[in-house]
Amino acid sequence: MDPVVIVTVPHAKELGITVIDMREGFARCRLPFDKRLVGDPTRDIVHGGVITTLMDTAGGTAVALANVMPQATLDLRIDYLRPARPQQDLITDAECYRTTRHVAFVRGTCHHGDPDDPIAHMTATFVIADRPEMAARPSQ
Amino acid sequence: MSELRTIIETARQTGDYNPLLSALPYGNFMGYRAATIDGTVRLTLPFAETLVGNANVPSLHGGTVGATLETAALLQLMYTASGEQLPRTIDFTVDYLRQSRTEDVHAEAEILRAGRRVANVRMTAWQSDRSKPVASGRGNFLLA
Repeated sequence: MDPVVIVTVPHAKELGITVIDMREGFARCRLPFDKRLVGDPTRDIVHGGVITTLMDTAGGTAVALANVMPQATLDLRIDYLRPARPQQDLITDAECYRTTRHVAFVRGTCHHGDPDDPIAHMTATFVIADRPEMAARPSQ
Repeated sequence: MSELRTIIETARQTGDYNPLLSALPYGNFMGYRAATIDGTVRLTLPFAETLVGNANVPSLHGGTVGATLETAALLQLMYTASGEQLPRTIDFTVDYLRQSRTEDVHAEAEILRAGRRVANVRMTAWQSDRSKPVASGRGNFLLA
């Protein structure tokens, strides 16, 4: 698919984040390498905060693609598995693997193009808009 | 890059991290400012329209708040624990406590333990009212 610019999120647009693949409960987002975002000039790699932003953006998009409305990120953890390579695009795959009446659970990875060689792993939860249709169900 | 080491060392001696933030492209991009008060580095992210995540509320992008927490931890570690190196993040967790507003964000970090190689850090971010934090963070960082 053609890259989709997330026009409703000004900071994602400013960073150049696009959605390059999507299906139900899943989003793949790309952040092109940008010299303005370098956090370690000795290694020419982007600041960790940029990866946080990319992960949060992809996570929220995956929640929306799970047919619920994300209202806010509740928490987000990132494990850095290996150093990023210099001057490389970053790609994040985010999967919303469970939704309840109030909360969506997301996991994801960040890589340079090979999902089996991740730079970072994410776990996140999002508060979602109330789903009254779930109120009558027995709690799980 | 010995020039960066010199900037880090000078910042540690003076407590002024603004030259270092200017030397880092992302520090410039975000427009960060820092002030060291009684041994604690306070980082400020000045509000800009480009930082907005949700234009309808409106509120800042959660990633910008997370980035500010992580950067506050890195500066505090450079000031008190890690010498001339930029610490590397091992893991980082942010808890979002309140919807942020379209205002400046301030953040400070507290080092709970700094060993030879690894440091554990807790961070807090707030806006106009310090008693109402917008986010808290925790992380482990590699020092060498």
